[in-house]
Amino acid sequence: MGPYVVRRLLQMVPVFAGATLLIFLMVNVMGDPVAGLCGERQCDPATAARLKQEFGLDQPVWQQYLTYMGNVFTGDFGTAFNGQKVTELMATSFPVTLRLTIVAILFEIAIGVTLGVAMGLRRGRPVDTGVLLVTLVVISVPTFVTGLLLQLLLGVEWGWIKPSVSWQAGFDELIVPGLVLASVSLAYVTRLTRTSIAENARADYVRTAVAKGLPRHRVIVRHLLRNSLIPVVTFIGADVGFLMGGAIVTERIFNIHGVGYQLYQGILRQSTQTVVGFVTVLVLVFLVANLLVDLLYAVLDPRIRYA
Amino acid sequence: MPEPQPLEPSSYVPGGTAELVPADAEILRTGPGGRGPRGPDTTAAPSVAAEERVRSLWSDAWHDLRRNPVFLVSALVILFLVLIALWPQLIAPGNPLDCDLAKAQQGPGPGHPFGFNGQGCDVYTRTVHGARTSVTVGVCATLGVAVLGSVLGGLAGFFGGVGDAILSRVTDVFFAIPVVLGGLVLLSVVTSSTVWPVIGFMVLLGWPQISRIARGSVITARQNDYVQAARALGASPMRILLRHIAPNAIAPVIVVATIALGTYIALEATLSYLGVGLKPPSVSWGIDISAASPYIRNAPHALLWPSGALAVTVLAFIMLGDAVRDALDPRLR
Repeated sequence: MGPYVVRRLLQMVPVFAGATLLIFLMVNVMGDPVAGLCGERQCDPATAARLKQEFGLDQPVWQQYLTYMGNVFTGDFGTAFNGQKVTELMATSFPVTLRLTIVAILFEIAIGVTLGVAMGLRRGRPVDTGVLLVTLVVISVPTFVTGLLLQLLLGVEWGWIKPSVSWQAGFDELIVPGLVLASVSLAYVTRLTRTSIAENARADYVRTAVAKGLPRHRVIVRHLLRNSLIPVVTFIGADVGFLMGGAIVTERIFNIHGVGYQLYQGILRQSTQTVVGFVTVLVLVFLVANLLVDLLYAVLDPRIRYA
Repeated sequence: MPEPQPLEPSSYVPGGTAELVPADAEILRTGPGGRGPRGPDTTAAPSVAAEERVRSLWSDAWHDLRRNPVFLVSALVILFLVLIALWPQLIAPGNPLDCDLAKAQQGPGPGHPFGFNGQGCDVYTRTVHGARTSVTVGVCATLGVAVLGSVLGGLAGFFGGVGDAILSRVTDVFFAIPVVLGGLVLLSVVTSSTVWPVIGFMVLLGWPQISRIARGSVITARQNDYVQAARALGASPMRILLRHIAPNAIAPVIVVATIALGTYIALEATLSYLGVGLKPPSVSWGIDISAASPYIRNAPHALLWPSGALAVTVLAFIMLGDAVRDALDPRLR
């Protein structure tokens, strides 16, 4: 396992460098990095030139990238448009998005896995077909439509929840937004669990367990579920990275001041430092989550050995 | 919106697992191995089965598809969508940009079955005319992604070597960037109100998905005996790739591309909702949904109709992809 982890960590380096370089180039080449510093007005040329020199923007792009990455590894993510440290913005927004992601993952496990197991055991029956169709519909409706509709129904029409989340964003306020964020992945988890259960239900070891005279619930929980959940666990693990990056839409609908909100503000105000900093951290989260999933795979499935 | 991926997540392979899962494993589960007589009697020797049931993979798939109600329904919906995308005047003769502020947020009335939106535009006309942008974006982005992805992935899978290694790392890089985020960054500086920047962005960020599928598919097909036979007969690499491998490796690409078409339509609407996709003079469901969301309390109809149209469209393409996948790969049934 040790050498494998080291090799995977080394492989992450070029991917991390490539992804951050790509975002860095997108932000710098596409936008004018000093345009956001003069507020709504146009910068006058002299000020713009001075600002560019001050921030080292007159140097070639690759040199800027190296300087930036050097700073990032010493914990300096630069300052946002309003003079706040980007690290301060991260400290306030990442916990919020993390809470939102946790709620979403809990929904995926609680609803997705339960439904999937129930369907997989009843493969081909009307219940199975019905839920399968519902998951297709959920996958098809874009997250922002689901979010707006739930906000309209639960928040405005029926008044069960507050349509927008306060700045503290406690777990209780994040239940509906978490469900919205989870919706598409929830449907995937349901389908994946169903397929996996239905495949394994025909396996020899299940027949052996039944023949041994084990009670049905014990066969399902101890034998069938344990083996069927391996791909589900890995999917959910990898989903952490997707959810944190995709939370931008949900956060905008429910006015949650998390990572997506800060990023959106950063892009609107052309704050290069905010955007590149946040994306860098999100890419890292994605890569680490994937590494952990691959390692988890070996722990859960002893057939896989890392040389 | 997560990035487009095959519907049945059993084909899900965590990123960067090249050494745990053989490169062709992902395809073993998503695509058919080869063409040839199939059906209940696959174990019989081809010469015996050849009597009446020798159907190629494609005619066999078509045979299955014609009998699949899911395929028929989704194909009908898509046909209707394409028709109104080409000729919206057929069922909505009005001008979608013809708005009267005095009628803002009014409910349904005679001649205006869906009511008016916040700007006083007719919701019915705008919803019908919005199909054109969605279908254009979906079809063009999918074509671009499929061509670029399968050419790059196919060549990398066939020739292997340094190019293949580089391509694999490049696709890893693209996978690490969240799609919506990349869209916000790249498209926020675009001022053009045409569909082309959006399509360009989708091709730029979407091709690695197809290239990964095509690569795995070509690697699987390359190991078949008939490829060895063709090589032994002295066929050139290009001939082997185009005549022998491509027809057998294209099925998974078609399936993933069909499902991706639906997700690109959803992505366009999401980007337009965030204000970076299409810009207002163009008529798009995403723009209308975004514009209607502040008036959600007073005029929910302005939100519901474009949302419903969007959902039905995406659903139709995803169901079509699902049906095509079932037809091309009977193992998943």
